[in-house]
Amino acid sequence: MRALPLVLLLVLGAACESADGAGPEVRVGSKKFTESVILGELVTQVAKDAGARASHRRELGGTTVLWEALRRGELDVYPEYTGTLRQELLVGRALPDDAALRKALEDEGLRMSASLGFNNTYALGMKEAEAERLGIRRISDLKSHPELRVGFSNEFMQRGDGWPALRDAYGLPQRDVRGLDHDLAYRGLESGAIQLTDLYSTDAEIAAYGLRVLEDDRHHFPAYDAVLLYRADLETRAPRAVSALRRLEGSLTEAQMVKLNARARLEHVPEAQVASDFLQASLGLTTEVRTDGRASRVWQRTREHLFLVGLSLVAAIALAIPLGVVAARRPRLGQGVLGLSSVIQTVPSLALLVFMIPLLGIGSKPAIAALFLYSLLPIVRNTAAGLQGIPWEVRESAEALGLPSGARLWRIELPMAAASILAGIQTAAVINVGTATLGALVGAGGYGQPILTGIRLDDVGLILEGAVPAAVLALLVSGLFEAVARVLVPRGLRG
Amino acid sequence: MFLLEGVSKCFGAAQALHPLNLGLPKGATTVLIGPSGCGKSTLLRLLNGLLRPDTGRVLFDGKPLPEDEDALLAVRRRVGYALQGGGLFPHLTGARNVTLMARHLRWPEARIRERLGRLMDLTRLPAEALERLPGELSGGQRQRVALMRALMLDPDVLLLDEPLGALDPLVRHDLQTDLRGIFERLGKTVVLVTHDLAEAAYLGDGIVLMRDGQVVQQGTLDDLEARPAEPFVTRFIQAQRPLPLRRSG
Repeated sequence: MRALPLVLLLVLGAACESADGAGPEVRVGSKKFTESVILGELVTQVAKDAGARASHRRELGGTTVLWEALRRGELDVYPEYTGTLRQELLVGRALPDDAALRKALEDEGLRMSASLGFNNTYALGMKEAEAERLGIRRISDLKSHPELRVGFSNEFMQRGDGWPALRDAYGLPQRDVRGLDHDLAYRGLESGAIQLTDLYSTDAEIAAYGLRVLEDDRHHFPAYDAVLLYRADLETRAPRAVSALRRLEGSLTEAQMVKLNARARLEHVPEAQVASDFLQASLGLTTEVRTDGRASRVWQRTREHLFLVGLSLVAAIALAIPLGVVAARRPRLGQGVLGLSSVIQTVPSLALLVFMIPLLGIGSKPAIAALFLYSLLPIVRNTAAGLQGIPWEVRESAEALGLPSGARLWRIELPMAAASILAGIQTAAVINVGTATLGALVGAGGYGQPILTGIRLDDVGLILEGAVPAAVLALLVSGLFEAVARVLVPRGLRG
Repeated sequence: MFLLEGVSKCFGAAQALHPLNLGLPKGATTVLIGPSGCGKSTLLRLLNGLLRPDTGRVLFDGKPLPEDEDALLAVRRRVGYALQGGGLFPHLTGARNVTLMARHLRWPEARIRERLGRLMDLTRLPAEALERLPGELSGGQRQRVALMRALMLDPDVLLLDEPLGALDPLVRHDLQTDLRGIFERLGKTVVLVTHDLAEAAYLGDGIVLMRDGQVVQQGTLDDLEARPAEPFVTRFIQAQRPLPLRRSG
């Protein structure tokens, strides 16, 4: 019981995070891969430099999440690729050139910057020395080298616009073509087992392995030009920030982007630092990079996590206990209530989060809503079971005494069901602590954030920075409810 | 005190009570007796509205039991009820069990204490037993607490469903003696369910013998012995095995 005010304090503390400074607000988003995060950092720092209050929601889970958030006005700007816009977001529309694309976006209330300067598309790569020796610069140069040993990723072998289409378009003669895992391809190049593979044109590995990206001289691969997508209203709300952002247009070549990706992915330099160094070197902007120590990072994540878990759990308790009472008193209705909450439980957490986005946008709201829904079943079921487990002679005695229904519930039935109800809340809370790590995918923060970053950067230390506190929190929460049970469950009912 | 007019009750397909008419006199102890499943407990639960009759009506003190839930609660406060095992609330001490309803009705503390004292004298329950939880009491003590709880609001009627059912013979004997004294001192209307004829004869002014959801005969034990309504009455009386006579040596 004594811990409850503390939890509330933490929850409230996390709720009122202060937004410092004046100036128009610019909310930047990024996808959960390194290049997008770096671009998001660039945009954020440039906007800050232009006097805006810029915030960066990094590593959001998927293109649709960002697209929806931008259209709903929960984000103002995020980095996107023209190919993604054509192939995924505006699929099925005839958009022959960038002007048509711009027009289609305008109908959605969105604007698109000019290309940032690089095209992150499918590409073919070889070791620099090998390409030099054979005199290969362009894909069409491959025609005169039918003996090349080729290893493509399985996906590239199978895609309609992958190897079969490329071969036909260029009339390539290679016969020794193997499908293999993408990560093995780099090692194969290194050992000389293969000489040519597919890659993305800004992969960090291009720099690390010293690869030459062959020019797609017949423009076979669709263009994935990097652009900034922003809301039309940003131009009136933050004109200075928008014109500052446009300074990024044409500022990055493929080679430069590869270097930035490599610094972040392979050298583990924080994205914010990578972005800041680039801005200093190319635009002459001096931006401030605040790097938090591990303790303050964990503390920040803890507050976010507790906020998600605390609020969703309190709301779930408030609804689930009354539902459990109804379920116990009206068995027919109870079947329905339990059935419905079981169905919710079967929806995969990621899917539930994504369902919530059109309704609630991104950030903590959809995460809290999803956690709230997940918490209902254990509490409803344990409340109903606890009430139904009360011996009939006790229930009948309470009725025969002349106690009104409300008093019977409050003085007899709920105290007798307390142990079961608390066990249900405990289950819900522990599951909640674990599931809340997925909240990072929709921008809710919490322990999921370092886990997500750690997976992206293949950094076990970062993964543990999220996973260990999450496990500790789950144990603490479990212990807390056991202590609460010791106080709340009447002595006569303890086993 | 109670008048049942054409009352019947079904549970699913089973006819627990066939339509019956019955009057239970005021200020006397009536014992409902009969073999298991004869409908005596069902009949008792119809008297305080724990069950509603399918047909007919139950009159309490000349008035039909109210349909309205609040009015029915008011009736129940005039009708004490205790059942086998006590049905005590396991999370409350004996005293809290007894005084729960009085506290809910916001009786002044002094009145509660005074009433509790009288009931302790009446049921001969030691004060320290009242401070214990039901799980820490003996079967006989639990039954005494249940009786105190039923009597707390000084009801007009006391309904008891096999109150001595699960007790060992010595405790049972003590409690029978005490119960008879209590009934005599209070002069309340008592309706008691049992399957033990000796207990019925010892505690009851009148007996209602039941079988298969029907009243076979109502009267004193003498009536039942001398003028049985049907052979079952005699069979039931004779089924109570007397103690074997000690062989003279």
